[in-house]
Amino acid sequence: MTSEIYTLTVNGNDYQILDGHPSESLLWVLRERLELSGSKNACEEGECGSCTVLLDGEIVCSCLVLAASAVGREIVTIEGLGSGNEISDVQQAFVDAGAVQCGFCTPGLLVAIDQLLNTNPDPDDLTVREAISGNLCRCTGYGRILEAVRIASNSRTVQNEEEKGK
Amino acid sequence: MSRVQTSDTVTKGPRIGESALRPDGIPKVKGEFVFSNDLRHPQMLWGGTLRSPHPAARIVSINTAPALKMTGVHAVLSSEDTEGMPLYGLEHPDQPVLADGVVRYQGEPVAIVAADHPENVRLALEAIEVEYELIEPLSDSKLAQEAKAIHPDGNLFRKIDLIYGNSQEDGEIIVEGTYEVGMQDQAPLGTESGMAIPSEDGGVDLFVSTQWLHADRDQVAACLNLPSEKVRLTLAGVGGAFGAREDISLHIHLCLLALRTGKPVKMSYSRTESFHGHVHRHPAQMWYRHHAKSDGTLTRIEARLLLDGGAYASTSSAVLANAACFAAGPYRVPSVQIHGAVVRTNNPPCGAMRGFGCVQVCFAHEAQMDKLAIALGMDPVELRLKNALKSGDQIITGQTITGTAPVAEVIETCAQHPTSVGAASEQMELPGGAGRTADPKNIVRGEAIAVGFKNLMFSEGFDDFSTASCQLLDGVATITCACAEVGQGFVTLAQQIAREILGVEEVILAPASTSNVGSAGSTSASRQTWMSGGAVKSACEEVRIRLLSRIAESHDLDVESLVIVDGGIASLSSNFSISLKEATIESIEVEETYRHMPTHPLDENGQGDAHVSFAFSAHRAVVDVDQELGLIKVVELITSQDVGRVLNPLQLQGQLEGGAAQGLGLAVLEEINVVDGRILNPSFTDYLLPTALDMPPVEIAALIEQPEPNAPFGAKGVGEPPAISSTAAVASAVRNATGLDLQRVPIRPTDIVFSEKSEND
Repeated sequence: MTSEIYTLTVNGNDYQILDGHPSESLLWVLRERLELSGSKNACEEGECGSCTVLLDGEIVCSCLVLAASAVGREIVTIEGLGSGNEISDVQQAFVDAGAVQCGFCTPGLLVAIDQLLNTNPDPDDLTVREAISGNLCRCTGYGRILEAVRIASNSRTVQNEEEKGK
Repeated sequence: MSRVQTSDTVTKGPRIGESALRPDGIPKVKGEFVFSNDLRHPQMLWGGTLRSPHPAARIVSINTAPALKMTGVHAVLSSEDTEGMPLYGLEHPDQPVLADGVVRYQGEPVAIVAADHPENVRLALEAIEVEYELIEPLSDSKLAQEAKAIHPDGNLFRKIDLIYGNSQEDGEIIVEGTYEVGMQDQAPLGTESGMAIPSEDGGVDLFVSTQWLHADRDQVAACLNLPSEKVRLTLAGVGGAFGAREDISLHIHLCLLALRTGKPVKMSYSRTESFHGHVHRHPAQMWYRHHAKSDGTLTRIEARLLLDGGAYASTSSAVLANAACFAAGPYRVPSVQIHGAVVRTNNPPCGAMRGFGCVQVCFAHEAQMDKLAIALGMDPVELRLKNALKSGDQIITGQTITGTAPVAEVIETCAQHPTSVGAASEQMELPGGAGRTADPKNIVRGEAIAVGFKNLMFSEGFDDFSTASCQLLDGVATITCACAEVGQGFVTLAQQIAREILGVEEVILAPASTSNVGSAGSTSASRQTWMSGGAVKSACEEVRIRLLSRIAESHDLDVESLVIVDGGIASLSSNFSISLKEATIESIEVEETYRHMPTHPLDENGQGDAHVSFAFSAHRAVVDVDQELGLIKVVELITSQDVGRVLNPLQLQGQLEGGAAQGLGLAVLEEINVVDGRILNPSFTDYLLPTALDMPPVEIAALIEQPEPNAPFGAKGVGEPPAISSTAAVASAVRNATGLDLQRVPIRPTDIVFSEKSEND
C-alpha cells in the first residue's frame, strides 16, 4: 500500500515522504511522519481548527487536506511561526495576556491569527472574532485570546508608524 | 521514550496576588508542549477499542480469532483475558473493564486491540465477531426505579430525602414549575489518550492525561491484579478536563495491552469515541414549588429532582448530594422538602462536570425566583437580596455558614454594573450571525440576573487531602506535587506560593507522578488552590522554619531576628546576612499533607455539616432573540464572584471567562442528543460549542475579596461558580426578552418559535 516518494516543503525545509499512503491527511503526515506534533487533532473533520496550518499563505485544516496534494506548496505550521528560537509577537502576546490555559487549541489559533495580522494588521473586534471562529477553545471563553490579538495588533501598528516615521 | 515530558519547569517572577505567567506558556505557544496525544516511542504499538453499537444487549459470543490472525496485530483482548478485578469505579466499582456477557450503554468497551499501525487496529476491530442479543433499552429515567434491574446493583444509585424545618404550611404566594436540563459534554479539546510502557519488574508505567493520578493508580492496579507500587502513573500533557477525566477511560486497557504485548502501547480516542468514552453532565428533571410571604420572604421550598446517571455509577451519588444540598439556591428558607434520586439507565454514563449537580438546580431555582418576583410584582434583584444568605445563616442541610458568604455583595455589584453594549450595529452581530438571517425589527432584547453557589472541596466525610514536598537547595526550590495541571494554572500558583514564602526566585516543578509523592486528590470541586495550594504552602513554611533555625543555630543568632529578604537571609538585630544560595548548600526537604476541616455524612433527612466552604457568584446576561427563527445571541455577560482573595488576577479572569462560556453553551447550544440510548451527535459538527462569535465580552463587575477563614491565603476556589449562574442568567434573559416560560436548557430554536407565552407575562 505504498505510494511514490513525494516531497513536502514545511517551514522552509524539504521533507521526503518515503512510504506514505496516498490517503494520509496532511495532519497525519506532519504529526506522525515528520514528528511535527505542534498541529493538534481534536475533531478530524475541520470543525475545531486545532490542526490549522498555512498552505501557500492560506489557512487550512490540515486534517482535511491530503498530504500528497500539498506537494509543491509552502506549508507553515506552528513550529515555523517564530524565527529561530525567538517566538513571534503574537506568541508572546498569548503568554502575556493569559490566552493559554490547557494550550491544546493554541497552535491552531496562533497560525490563524498570524495569517490574519499579516493580511490585516489592525483588525476590529468583529473581524478578529470572525477570523478565529473556526478555532474552538474550551478553556478561555476567548476573552484573553482577543486581548492577545489586540496587544499584538497594537504593537504592530506602533511599529509600522515608527518605521514610516524613519 | 522519546517524547514524554519530564523536563522540569523553571521560571522567575511574581508572588501571591500578582499576575504571574504560566511556566508552560512558552512551550505551549511554540507547539512544543507534549500533550498525551503527542506521546511517541520508537517501539510503540497503537491500541484501539471495540465498542458496543447497542445501548442494551446480551453478548452471545465474541470471536477474536480472525482479528488475531491479521497483519500487524499483536493482541486482541476481551473480558476472558483479564485476570484482576473485573470492575472499576471512582466511588463504587460497578463498571466492567471489558463487557462480560452484557452491554449496558452504546459505546461500552467490549474488546481491545494492539497493532503496529492505527489502520491495522481499525481493520482488526472490524474483524472481531460479536454476536449480540438485543434488549429493549431502559432509556427513560422516570421509569428506572420501577423497571427490571439492568445491573446486579439495581437501578437506583442514590435517593436523598432532605427535610429542613417543620413547616408544611402553604405560603401566601406560591409558584410552581417543572424544569429540564439536557446532557452536556465537557468536550475538552484533547481527547482521551496516553501510553503504557511495560517495565522490567512486571509492572507498568502509564503516561496519561487525567484529573487524579492516585485514584486512577489504585483502580488500575486492582484491575491488573498488581501491587500499587508496580503501577506508576505520570501526568502527560492534559488538553482540558472539566470533569471528563475524573473517571478511568483508556487507562486499564492501555496497561492490559502493554503487559500482554511487552511493548509500549499508545491510544488516542477520536472525537466520536471521546463522546462515548467519558461521562457527561447528568440530565435533570426537576419540579419545584416556592412559597413566600407577600413581602417576598421565602417561607418554604418543595422540590423533586431526578438525575439520569446512565449505565454506571461514576460519581452520581455525590452529584445528587450536591443537587439536593444546593437545590434552594443561596437563600434563607425556613422549611424545605426535597426528594432527589439518581438512577441507572441504558443511557451514556454521567458523572463529573464543572459545577457538579449545582448547575442543574441553579437553572431551576433561579427560574423559580424570577417566577416568584413576577407573581409578587417585585423586582427580581430586590427579591434575591431580601432572601440572600449571609455568614451565620444555615443552609438547608442545617449547616451554619461559618465562613464568608457575600451573597448580597455579588448580587448588588452585578446588578448595578453598567452595561457597555448598545444595539447591534452590524448584521453579523445579530442572532443568526454570519447566516445574515435576522430582520432587526423581529429582534427583542432581554436582560436578567441569576445567582448560584456551590461547595468547595469534597464533602460528606470524605478524607480529602493533598500532599506536596518542597526541597530547597542552592537557593532553588523544587516543588513535588501530584496535582493534575489540566489548564487551570496550578503550576503557576505553586511557583507563586514558593516564592512568597521562601523568597526564592527560581522554582522548579517536578513532574506530577504517583512514584515520587502521595496523592494530591482530584483536580475538581474547585479544590486544588485550597488543597494542593495548602500542601505546597505548608511544605514551604516548614522548610522556611528549618532553614532559619539552622542558620540561627550555626551563626548563634536569635531565630526571631531572621528575615528572608532580597534573595537572602538577614538578621534584624545584627549585620549578619547570607544569600539563600549559600544558606542552602545543604538541602532541606519537607513533605506535608494538608487536610481541610472534617465534614460529616448527611443523615437520613439530608441534614448535617457535610461541606467545608461555599463560593457564590452572580451573572447578568443581555441577550437578543430572533423570535421568528428562534435564534439567540448573548450580547453581554456581567459577573461578580466571591473569591476570598485574588491570588493571580490574570488566571482568575481566565477562569471566569472560560466558565461563563461553558455556562452559555449549556443555555443555548450544547446538548448530547440521546434517543433510545443512542447518541445522535457525537461530533463537533453536531455538538455545538461556543465559538468566538457566540461568546460575548465577560464584564467582571466585582471580585468580592473577603478572606475565607481557614483557607490558605484566604482564597476560595474559583473554577466552578462561573459555570453555574451563567446558564441560569442566559436562560432567564431569554425569558425576559420573549415572555416565554422556557423551562428547559439548552433552549432550542423550536422552544422559542413554538412555545406559548407564559401566563405570568
